[in-house]
Amino acid sequence: MPADFNWAVGGEAGDGIDSTGKIFAQALSRSGRHVFTSKDFASRIRGGYTAYKIRTSVDKVQSVVDRLDVLIALTPRTIEENLDELHDGSVIIYDGDRTTMQNVEIPGEMVGLDVPLKRLAEEAGGAIMRNVVALGAACEVAEFPIENLDSALEKRFADKGQKLVDNNKEAARAGQSYVAEEYDHEFDYELETTDNDYVLLNGDEAIGMGAIAAGCRFYSGYPITPATDVMTYLTGRIEQYGGHVVQAEDELSAINMALGAARGGARAMTATSGPGIDLMTETFGLIATSETPLVICNVMRSGPSTGMPTKQEQGDLNHMLYGGHGEIPRFVLAPTTVAECFWKTVEAFNLAEKYQIPVYLTGDLAMAVTEETFPPEAFDMDAVEIDRGFVVDESTIDDHLTESGGFKPHEITDDGISPRALPGTADGAHMSTGLEHDEQGRRTEDTDMRVEQVDKRNRKVETAQEREDWSPREFGEADAENLVISWGSNEGALVEALDLLADDGTDVRVLSVPYLFPRPDLSEAVAAAENVIVVECNNTGQFADIVEHDVLERVDRINKYTGVRFKADELADDIKETLEASQ
Amino acid sequence: MSSEIRFTDFKSDKQPTWCPGCGDFGTMNGMMKGLAETGNDPDNTFVVAGIGCSGKIGTYMHSYALHGVHGRALPVGTGVKLARPDIEVMVAGGDGDGYSIGAGHFVHAVRRNVDMTYVVMDNRIYGLTKGQASPTSRPDFETSTSPEGPKQPPVNPHALALASGATFIAQSFSSDALRHQEIIQEAIEHDGFGFVNVYSPCVTFNDVDTYDYFRDSLVDLAETDHDRTDYEAAKEVILDSDKEYQGILYQDEESVPYHEQHGVDEDMSVIPDGAPEGATDLVREFY
Repeated sequence: MPADFNWAVGGEAGDGIDSTGKIFAQALSRSGRHVFTSKDFASRIRGGYTAYKIRTSVDKVQSVVDRLDVLIALTPRTIEENLDELHDGSVIIYDGDRTTMQNVEIPGEMVGLDVPLKRLAEEAGGAIMRNVVALGAACEVAEFPIENLDSALEKRFADKGQKLVDNNKEAARAGQSYVAEEYDHEFDYELETTDNDYVLLNGDEAIGMGAIAAGCRFYSGYPITPATDVMTYLTGRIEQYGGHVVQAEDELSAINMALGAARGGARAMTATSGPGIDLMTETFGLIATSETPLVICNVMRSGPSTGMPTKQEQGDLNHMLYGGHGEIPRFVLAPTTVAECFWKTVEAFNLAEKYQIPVYLTGDLAMAVTEETFPPEAFDMDAVEIDRGFVVDESTIDDHLTESGGFKPHEITDDGISPRALPGTADGAHMSTGLEHDEQGRRTEDTDMRVEQVDKRNRKVETAQEREDWSPREFGEADAENLVISWGSNEGALVEALDLLADDGTDVRVLSVPYLFPRPDLSEAVAAAENVIVVECNNTGQFADIVEHDVLERVDRINKYTGVRFKADELADDIKETLEASQ
Repeated sequence: MSSEIRFTDFKSDKQPTWCPGCGDFGTMNGMMKGLAETGNDPDNTFVVAGIGCSGKIGTYMHSYALHGVHGRALPVGTGVKLARPDIEVMVAGGDGDGYSIGAGHFVHAVRRNVDMTYVVMDNRIYGLTKGQASPTSRPDFETSTSPEGPKQPPVNPHALALASGATFIAQSFSSDALRHQEIIQEAIEHDGFGFVNVYSPCVTFNDVDTYDYFRDSLVDLAETDHDRTDYEAAKEVILDSDKEYQGILYQDEESVPYHEQHGVDEDMSVIPDGAPEGATDLVREFY
């Protein structure tokens, strides 16, 4: 576990918590420190409790932990909500002038810093900057050079004019000096800086950037937490690359627009979350049957129904694998880190076009809203490869015409992949349909053709299984007797838990699975291990069921469905307990 | 190439399974003629069809086409057109597809004003499921699922379109072949969303809204002094429940189609074989 520092700002929705947190995260990132953030937020515009948490270290951090060192509390509830994570050395920065904070009690041995945030902000140019005053105070407590905060403030407010930037810098300094002058206290923290360059982004942004990199030009979507950020990211950016974003009237429309764009030959995508996936499932079978390449991004949140819209869950696995009437060939990808969100998006577009099939790209809330640092090389645009699959043009189309000149978009082939003619291609005019069809796309109920087309579509999946790499990501001790399997965003917490467990003398091999269908064959790994645990954020253990089905062996399960992602220290304890219980 | 195009080039080799005498034959002929007359050919035309008798049109016509999910033809057409501004897009469906299951999409497609043509084959009945009330059926129209009639006012598609901000609203009649074709052509040529409701009688299940009924009752606006660019005049004929009109009820001459409003004019099917030029700027933004 790296020598880390854990910081949070919390208050009510409407207090500017998110942007305050983002500014501090940016300052840390720009100082050459690694950052991993998390958010507690509710589905409301005002009131309630919301927090932005940052874990930072000079080493890579990829999980949240159950510890909070410095807390900026704008409301008493912020302290209550975090009592479990605060410890005796924790510092709580608050504004005792604020009516609700006047009688606030600082628990135990914690240090309370009463800083007149509002008054100092007003002196610097406006009460609205009170959170920046608090950030300045936090810099002093953490011995973090304030110039890094300046740099983040410049980035944040550059387009609003130098005056505002200067006022904010002044506000930050007011907070810093207040703590320096008023509190004669040695704090235990000292945040080193490095010369490393990092970029700071979340999973939704990585998916959006991956889409542009992959040549996606058309995005249609309907706003829904936590997928909206994909659309917000693309809006204003994709246009610069010749693309367009449409806000559709509902998810039914969003997926059908994307389908239309894909039939037109564009790389197209839509993104949504559970309730939207339910609606989009109506069209899913059509996409597969008409053999349309399409990327459908599902940023999972807690369900069923409206569930907990701002909370984490990995509960849609079965729906993505099996959702829709009839038998629908598909691919299901689930990136395991924020950087992988970028690469799996690129891969999803290539797979969709190479195999003319719908591809579910599965993120989840935890990863979607987590800002995480990476070296910029983690998003090397020169390494992006585009494979558009089997597209015919005027010079090659003749080999795929019937004797009477009809194009065969569903030609029966050995590998199941048929030629694709984009509109405008001479002699390529053809029908695409959700009806069973012949090689030309014309409706048929002929029993032989039905079987040939079903087999052909499923043969594409077999071909992909042979041709593509569906390996899991591997961490820890390759020959350990304990095997932990996970999918999606749990990877970071697991990788950090590995270190904690190793310190404790428990060796673990981790397989983090980014491909849910087709998926890697885990039989050998399971057979080689003494204990096997499947970790996931749902109640019933959907992936554990699949592993058991695939390898014909029982596995242990760790399931979390509180709405909060796994934390490294918590997960290490859970794994230890599960191993002990199975002894 | 387009000069050699004849409307029969838009005909596929599949024989329609519509009932003999179905209005959809005439509707389809007008669509094919309209497309040919406006200089399109099958390889640069995309037809999107819904579900129902009308939905079969994609099979009987020859062009690039998608026969999709019930009610969702308009979003598909929107996607095709925005991705491929160079392609002529025509969306076809029935009254159930457009005004019942797809009514939400109709309103928003009208608002968006994407430069495509929407042809609704309105027979005021659900034919393919063998005769149930449709959203345009009369309140007293007796069917298997409404023995005493639906007892609800029919949807007025023209009024719905007008209220949604339509820039082109027309009505034609499938058996008035010449006028139908002229109206379709004008809808294709309109700069924006060209909406044509076509009375396309069902000879099997609708014995009320018949060829004779429409022939006797239709007033052709071309033979009146109706000014199609006059919004108030349009409102008047559209809300006139005593008469059935054919012709162009309303056209906004100032119509600015979606692609002009939003600057969408590129063929999106063409992309580089790696990340687009300048993509590294996207990474730099996150410093």
